[in-house]
Amino acid sequence: MAAPVSTVGKPSTERSPFNTTSFQKKTRTKLISIPGTRPSVQNGQLLVSTGVTSLDYLLGGGLAVGTVLLIEEDRYDSYSRMILKYFLAEGVVCRHELFVAAAQDNPDDILQELPAPILDDVAIHKPVEQPRLSCEPQDSLDAMKIAWRYQNLPKVQSALASSSRFGHYYDVSKTMEPEIRQAAKCHCFYLPEHPTHTMLESYSALLKSLQEVINREGFDVAAPMTKSRNILRIGLHSLGSALWGDDLSCHDNPRNGHALTTFLYGLRALLRSSLSVAVVTVPSHLIQDRALMGSITRLCDNAIALESFKGSERETNPLYKDYHGLLHVRQVPHLNCLASKLPDHKDLAFKLKRKQFTIEVSCQVAVHSFIFNRRDLLRKRSSRQQPHFIPEPINALEWQYDQ
Amino acid sequence: MFTELNSILNTTPDSFTQGDFILLSDRQSDASFLIHHFLSLYLRARCKVWFLGLVQSFNHYSAISQRLGVSLTQAKEKGQLVFLEGLNESLSVLIPREADTGSEAMGFLRDPAVGLKSLYEFVRTSATSSGGGEPEPEEWGPPVLLVDDLSVLLSLGASVGAVLDFSHYCRATVCSQLQGNVVMLARCDGEEEEEDGDDGGSERLLRGLTHQCSLTLHVQGLPTGYCRDIHGQVEVCWRRRRGDGRCTQKKLFQYKVHDKGASFFAPGTSSAVL
Repeated sequence: MAAPVSTVGKPSTERSPFNTTSFQKKTRTKLISIPGTRPSVQNGQLLVSTGVTSLDYLLGGGLAVGTVLLIEEDRYDSYSRMILKYFLAEGVVCRHELFVAAAQDNPDDILQELPAPILDDVAIHKPVEQPRLSCEPQDSLDAMKIAWRYQNLPKVQSALASSSRFGHYYDVSKTMEPEIRQAAKCHCFYLPEHPTHTMLESYSALLKSLQEVINREGFDVAAPMTKSRNILRIGLHSLGSALWGDDLSCHDNPRNGHALTTFLYGLRALLRSSLSVAVVTVPSHLIQDRALMGSITRLCDNAIALESFKGSERETNPLYKDYHGLLHVRQVPHLNCLASKLPDHKDLAFKLKRKQFTIEVSCQVAVHSFIFNRRDLLRKRSSRQQPHFIPEPINALEWQYDQ
Repeated sequence: MFTELNSILNTTPDSFTQGDFILLSDRQSDASFLIHHFLSLYLRARCKVWFLGLVQSFNHYSAISQRLGVSLTQAKEKGQLVFLEGLNESLSVLIPREADTGSEAMGFLRDPAVGLKSLYEFVRTSATSSGGGEPEPEEWGPPVLLVDDLSVLLSLGASVGAVLDFSHYCRATVCSQLQGNVVMLARCDGEEEEEDGDDGGSERLLRGLTHQCSLTLHVQGLPTGYCRDIHGQVEVCWRRRRGDGRCTQKKLFQYKVHDKGASFFAPGTSSAVL
């Protein structure tokens, strides 16, 4: 299952031999502490941050360990790729292990483009400083005149300590320093390096490689507790595109329509039994079969879809000038509980700022989609061309009172 | 189990009709909360239950059943529950290794064109083996088969005909032969009026299953749109044969899923509205 916090074992606390009393403070819960994770307030699930704090909030606090987040790509794969990079960058900062698979770009290239974290409390491991010249009046430089009580506190932590914060911010105008990136362990799967004869083999090769990494590095939940636990972050780029050997995006009736869905089923099986979390991007705008997209969505736990305004008429629409695109939450899981935490609002728009990826409820978006989706709904009945998604009519009365 | 649903369906753990084929279906919604209701109902009724949990891990069902007051691990130990964890078994088939001794229930994943015979064999052997052999220490009630869910078999490559055959064979074995109940969940994604006939694998499956069953519970979202307090509507349809003709009775309810259950109410009488 998506790892519940209590079932993963934890090394028993050792009793000090010099205990004068037999009283031991009872640990409140059998919480394992893996850096970069926190338990969910709703059902005790172990959560990791996606790297985008507003997306964490939408998903109910974060991504549950053992689940898959499906991102339906926007038309030019710019923002979905950005979210994937945020996810991997968050893994580097939290010192999780990474697994990146791609068919189009070399995973090393993706890793080199990760955004730089904005860090106040996590230090960059600097090389040993040059010894100061003796003639330099060192004390006068460092001496504080007003806040002299703080003089002796260390200015910067000396090692790359794992940050205790959950969710960080990134500066997309800069790329991550190579020193920080190399501190994290990355496994790459670049499809052209694994030549396969048939289409179905590319997905099974990926599944096999994933299982090997999980077993070898000890992410299996059933594995013995030899060393401290860590999370494996899996980023799979553009599954279902033609480069993976799949004809889902090329034909209306794909020959092997179940190749991707079988892979997602195997991925779910792997994730439920290990301490890992996956983000999968799929070019859904190329897949014409709505029912197939529906079964792909159902086999993933969380699902969001991005629709960017780039290149569309909405880019110049004054209603949307504050945003870069729309974000739709397609699915929210209910794991180990009956009810799922549905998002309060369904009209969300996103904007990629330099230091933050914001997702907001936009009143203008809500009104606009209320007006124009009604028209789309009526148009849909008559035309053969299905819209990219079937918009739900908003009950405007409820939206008003919810505000 | 959900007490309100019990009163709607006129069932209690002590009295329920046998030989029923109950179909749970949903359209752009999630009907899996109903599976948990039936699982806890039949376990409380001391039936022998076979559960094919194909989409989630055992711990997921166990955690939810705990909240509904039933312990799956205990039921498994006592022999009341036979659980097939599809996810676990499938890994050994999808990533084959040399020393594999897993059961062959998910063997259809290797070559889905063959059909679901191996899955049916699993059901049949475990259902009929409990009849003979050494007497069990405890007497269990009529057998019940629960499947969660059938549509994932379509996603894994099985054809609609194979899945319909599987459900028919299960119904013949469990309902007619052993006088037990079968509950299956089938999920659908498209709109009701789909124009193209090529797609609709799940539609055809749904129609075929609806024809075979005696009770359907169809879950849908609200036609007026998304609402936080009312999660959707359930249409209950009885298709029992009474005398010569079929007597069909339909009822519509709205529901809201809580942490420990679900509440059902007549449309328009939600506590959020009144």
